[in-house]
Amino acid sequence: MTIRQTILKKGKGILNVYCTAGYPTLDSTVTILNSLSDQGVDLIELGMPYSDPLADGTTIQESSQVALKNGLSLDILFDQIRQAREYTQTPIIAMGYYNQMLQYGVERFLSIAHDVGIQGLIIPDIPMDIYERDYQVLFEKYNMEISFLITPLTSDLRVQQADRLSTAFIYVVSQTSITGKSGEISDAQKQYFERIAAMNLESPRLIGFGIHDRATYEQACNYSHGAIVGSAFIRALDAEDVEGSIESFVSSLR
Amino acid sequence: MTAISKYAVSEDGYYGEFGGRFIPEMLYANIENLRKVYLEISQEADFQIEFQSLLRDYVGRPSPLYLSKKLSIKHGASIYLKREDLNHTGAHKINNTIGQILLAQRLGKHRIIAETGAGQHGVATATVCALMGLDCIVYMGEVDIARQAPNVARMRMLGAEVRPATSGSKTLKDATNEAIRDWINNAEDTHYIIGSAIGPHPYPDMVTRFQSVISEEIKLQLEDKTGNAYPDYVIACVGGGSNAAGAFYHFLDHEKTKLILAEAAGEGIDSGRSAATSILGTKGVIHGCKTLLMQTSDGQIVEPHSISAGLDYPGIGPLHAHLIDTGRATVYPATDEEAIQAMLYLSREEGIIPALETAHALAILDQMKFKESDTIVLCLSGRGDKDLNTIMNYLDNQ
Ligand SMILES: Cc1ncc(COP(=O)(O)O)c(C=O)c1O
Repeated sequence: MTIRQTILKKGKGILNVYCTAGYPTLDSTVTILNSLSDQGVDLIELGMPYSDPLADGTTIQESSQVALKNGLSLDILFDQIRQAREYTQTPIIAMGYYNQMLQYGVERFLSIAHDVGIQGLIIPDIPMDIYERDYQVLFEKYNMEISFLITPLTSDLRVQQADRLSTAFIYVVSQTSITGKSGEISDAQKQYFERIAAMNLESPRLIGFGIHDRATYEQACNYSHGAIVGSAFIRALDAEDVEGSIESFVSSLR
Repeated sequence: MTAISKYAVSEDGYYGEFGGRFIPEMLYANIENLRKVYLEISQEADFQIEFQSLLRDYVGRPSPLYLSKKLSIKHGASIYLKREDLNHTGAHKINNTIGQILLAQRLGKHRIIAETGAGQHGVATATVCALMGLDCIVYMGEVDIARQAPNVARMRMLGAEVRPATSGSKTLKDATNEAIRDWINNAEDTHYIIGSAIGPHPYPDMVTRFQSVISEEIKLQLEDKTGNAYPDYVIACVGGGSNAAGAFYHFLDHEKTKLILAEAAGEGIDSGRSAATSILGTKGVIHGCKTLLMQTSDGQIVEPHSISAGLDYPGIGPLHAHLIDTGRATVYPATDEEAIQAMLYLSREEGIIPALETAHALAILDQMKFKESDTIVLCLSGRGDKDLNTIMNYLDNQ
């Protein structure tokens, strides 16, 4: 099943958990992927740690730094996914920055990513027009789904463009902020979620950024197909008891 | 402003294959809005009148063009120093902050953020914010806060808040990351005054235009002094590339004027502690633009090193990447040691204490060969008061 089919089949309450590859230890990745899958999360967003993650708050920055110090490279990450794929079929979406793909070689990246079992990508700093001009054909060639981000400041016209170009889901950034905020969901945010929901987009919508507990997760689900939890999961991960901490975190959400 | 052709930025923000805007959606609205209005607003009559009068009466422009007899004799050519160090706040940086603060006001923004390395851009931003009554927050790497302490004190004196950047190498790149994140978090009320010719389009072009007053004046002054507006060489140090872009701008299409960049080799190109981007860098994306940068084969950005906080940056502005790529500009590296020697030389021989950044431009004179008849203009981008601690420590350890 594609990512989009997975979301549409269930229809609502999708839980997409973000983790940083190579964190807390180099070898944690496979354990985390498998145990997230055991806990029944619907999608996994696997962060490809980057030295200068502009859209991320301190939690994901620090986990990325640790992962890079642990020696994580793209080739190791691909190997880890290959390994996890012997156990889990939960869709994996890799999230990273444009320069990582660019240096690896975009086509080479897509081809290997597809082979090891990555089904989708989120690259927040590839502009939609560049994607459409330079990369859409390649993404199609390697069956790679993509999700574009929208924010409360994104114009309707651009929301429609994101809808047209996204093949997995639309990533509804809950507020104009970097990742890792942990406040409640405000009325202004609810109005924004409603406004987007009312646009009758073709792509399913997942809400992310600042979703950190059961209350925010449930509220996000009320306005969309589901939610993405990142920084809160990273903070909850216990290096001494990875599986145990995942089990209690996921059950605290739903 | 004269129209430039071959090296001008394209409609969509490119210099050749460099530039563009590779930004997350969270920044799109702000940057697109800026792109739409920056040319129009900055060319309006009331903007130009205010900009020009501030440059004249507040900054003290035109800055002098000074013939250095000692350097001329030493290198066997006529060497002029464009005295940006004599600007209010002590560097070229204020040309850009005046322009951007006027723009920010017209955009209705009341909160200003900036990144700074050497602290000169931070001081120049804090200064214009004080002048215009806007809130000012400056991001600065922890390492730079320590090595450029006098500028930190000046920013505080001017009412700005200096926030330490504690990630990575705790220098300019990391301060820029933090400023970008602040802008994502405060997209609606904040304008980000980038201090160099870097970042997503339209920043490199906007900063270059505000700094182009440097070469506009050089032409007039040189014509006045020598009867020829066009020098044989223009030399400038390059961090992100704003003083160089300003000093080059009106000479870009005059191919007989050779354009020379001095970059920071740190402890040596092959030492692993260097910021020689043109030599160690490859094509990639940093801070929203495609350019040359120091990176691993996995695209991770490599931490640079230079004794000069303003040149301690792993990238280079996209205009310069294009000038280097096309052979229009030539780059020479200068080490920490060579920069210090050049700084001491100018201090003791000309009675001018240049910034450590500027000292790199002075240092590369030793690597160049000139003809007796050559006219050289070197952009003396800033003064060195901020660096005295670094130099005293260095001399004490000799
Ligand atoms: C005096 C001086 N010169 C040069 C630079 C380098 O910046 P740019 O390359 O943008 O001129 C700085 C930056 O802090 C500076 O303070």
